Amino acid sequence: MKEKFNILTSTCVPLPLENVDTDQIIPARFLKATSREGFGDNLFRDWRFNKEGQPNPDFVLNQKKFHGQILVAGKNFGSGSSREHAAWALAGYGFRVVVSSFFADIFKNNSMNNGLVPVVVSPNFLAEIFSSVFSNPETTITVDLPNQTITDNMTSHTEKFEINAYKKGNLVNGLDDIDYLLANEDKIVAFERNRK
Amino acid sequence: MSKTLFEKIWDKHVVDTLSDGTSQLYIDRLYCHEVTSPQAFEGLRERKLKPFRPQQITCVVDHNIPTLNQDKPIEDPISRNQVDTLMRNASEFGLTCYGLLHSKNGIVHVVGPETGLTQPGITIVCGDSHTSTHGAMGCIAFGIGTSEVEMALATQCIMQRKPKTMRISIEGKLGKGVTAKDIALYIIKQMTTGGATGYFVEYAGEAIRNTTMEQRLTICNLSIEMGARGGMIAPDEVTFAYLKDREFAPRGDEWNRKIAEWRLLYSDSDAKFDKEVLFHAEDIEPMVTFGTNPGMGMGINNKIPSLDTIDESSKSSFQKALAYMGFQDGESLIGKPIDYVFLGSCTNGRIEDFRAFSSIVKGRKKNPRVIAWLVPGSWQVERQIHAEGLDKILTEAGFELRQPGCSACLAMNDDKIPAGKYAVSTSNRNFEGRQGPGARTILAGPLVAAAAAVTGVITDPRDLL
Repeated sequence: MKEKFNILTSTCVPLPLENVDTDQIIPARFLKATSREGFGDNLFRDWRFNKEGQPNPDFVLNQKKFHGQILVAGKNFGSGSSREHAAWALAGYGFRVVVSSFFADIFKNNSMNNGLVPVVVSPNFLAEIFSSVFSNPETTITVDLPNQTITDNMTSHTEKFEINAYKKGNLVNGLDDIDYLLANEDKIVAFERNRK
Repeated sequence: MSKTLFEKIWDKHVVDTLSDGTSQLYIDRLYCHEVTSPQAFEGLRERKLKPFRPQQITCVVDHNIPTLNQDKPIEDPISRNQVDTLMRNASEFGLTCYGLLHSKNGIVHVVGPETGLTQPGITIVCGDSHTSTHGAMGCIAFGIGTSEVEMALATQCIMQRKPKTMRISIEGKLGKGVTAKDIALYIIKQMTTGGATGYFVEYAGEAIRNTTMEQRLTICNLSIEMGARGGMIAPDEVTFAYLKDREFAPRGDEWNRKIAEWRLLYSDSDAKFDKEVLFHAEDIEPMVTFGTNPGMGMGINNKIPSLDTIDESSKSSFQKALAYMGFQDGESLIGKPIDYVFLGSCTNGRIEDFRAFSSIVKGRKKNPRVIAWLVPGSWQVERQIHAEGLDKILTEAGFELRQPGCSACLAMNDDKIPAGKYAVSTSNRNFEGRQGPGARTILAGPLVAAAAAVTGVITDPRDLL
C-alpha cells in the first residue's frame, strides 16, 4: 500500500529552466545503487555542488528562502533517460509535486508510479506562478488531486489540470499497478491462449 | 477499418482496456540490464513472486561494465556489486543472461536485433529509453522505468495510455557522406527535443526505404531524443534478409509462416496519423551538435544561431548551453580543435559504423593530440571487425579497439571525458555532464567522428572521402 495523495498546500521551489533532463536530476554515476533509497542526497548533484563539493550559492536548492514540497519547473521537464531514479531523487528529497507546462512521457509515468504528482499547467499560468513565487517566496500553491485543480494562493487563480484517470485513482487511493495486474492474471492467460 | 502499422501491432497486444482508455498491454519480450533491474527483482522477492514468463526475458550487462580488462574483477566495488546482482538475479530466477565476456554479450539494443530476438510485430520493453532502437525491425519497442520492469517481470504486462501516431516521411536521396545519424540529428533539430512527446513515430518515405537495417536501427534509436514514445519502420525485404538465419529467428516452415504474417505489417494506404511531417533527404548534411541537448544541432558548415534569432523564453537556456560548451553564438565549428573521439554506443556501435570510420582513417593517421575510444557494440560486432580486417586498418592508423559496453555514452564506468574537454561522440546525448562532469559533447555520425580523429579538428568528412 502506497501513501495516498489528496490535497497539498505548500510553498515552492522555482526552477525556471527549460528542458531539464534526467541526467541533471540524477547523474549517471549515482545509478549504481541496487535499492530505491538515498537518491534524494544526489538530486541535481552537479548543479547543487561545485567540483570541490561545496554548495553552489546560485542554485535554488541552496537558497534558504525557497523551500517546500512543490517544484515548479520550465517546460519539457524530465527529458532524456528513462531512469526512474530521477523520480526517486525528487521524492527522496521531499518533493510531492512537480509543476510544469510540459513533461517528458517516461518521466511523467515514473513520477506517477512513485507518488510524485506531475501537474501540467498552461504556459501563462506557469509564468504567473514563477512571478508569484519570485516576488514572494512564502507564496503557497494548492494542488487538489481528486478535483484536478491547482491554485496560486497569491493571485487566487485556479486552473484545472489533466491527468490519466487510472493513474490518478492509484495516487488518490495509494494503489499499485502490480496489485491490479496480479489480480487479473486469468485475463493474461486467456489472452495468451487465444492468440495461438 | 484502415489502421497504421502501430495500431495493428498495439491492438493485437491489448489484454484489456480500462474505462478511461488505459490499455493493459502484453509484452512479448522484456530486455533487462544491470542498472534499472535490481530494484525490480527486489520488488518481486518482497512480493514472494517469480518471473511470470522467464523464456520471454533476456538479460545483459552493458551500462556499468569496463571496456578494458573485462577478464579481471571490476575495480569499483559498487559497480561490481550492481553487475553481480543482475547475474545473481538471473541465476536465481532461471533467466538467460549474457554476462561479461559471454560471446553474445554487448549493448542490449545491439544484441537484441543481431541475435534475432527482436522481430517484426512484437512488443518489447526495457528499462532504457533507447529501447526505441528495436522498432527499426517493425515492432513496438519503448523504454520504461524500474517499477514497470517489475510489472513486466511479474505479469508480462504493463498499463499504458495508447500514444498518438505520427508519420515522419523522408523523400528523395541522401547525399554522399551523409549517414543515418545525420538524418536523425536533422529530424530532432527540426522537431525539437519535446516535439514528438506523446506520439509514436513511424518513419517512411523513399529515403527510409533505401536504408540498411543498421541505418534504421540508428534512426529509431534516436526517436526518444525528440520525446517520441518510440519509433518504427515497417518490415520489408531488407528486414527479412537481415533476420534470416540469425540465431533466434524462426527457421524452416516456421520462417515461411512468419514471413507471410510479417508481410501484412504495414500502415494501410488510407490510414490516418494524428500528425504527418515531411522532410527532404537532399536538405540533410553531415550534422554536429553545438549545445546541450540533441536538438541543438546544425549542418557541419553552418554557424551557431545568433542570440537575436532565439525565442525570448528560450534565450537563457540557449546562453547557458553555449557558456557550458565554451562556444559563441554565430560562430562556425569548422576547424575547432577537439580532444576525444568516441565511436560506439547503441546508436553507432555496429559493423557499418566501424566500416564507415575505417573508410576515412584508412591510409591516414590518428591526430596525436586526440584520444580515441573505439567500442564495438557487442562481441559479435567485434568478431566481425576482425573478420573483415577492419582491425588492421584501425591499428595501422593508430587506433585501438576496446571491449563492448555502453562506455563513454553515459560514462558510468571509467570511460569519462574530463571536464572542459571536447569529445566528438557517436552516442546519443550531449546533456551537461553526460560523458563526465564538465565534459563537452559534440554529437555526430561515424564519418564526422573519423574526420575529427585524423585532423584533430571539426572537419567536413566529405573533404576526406
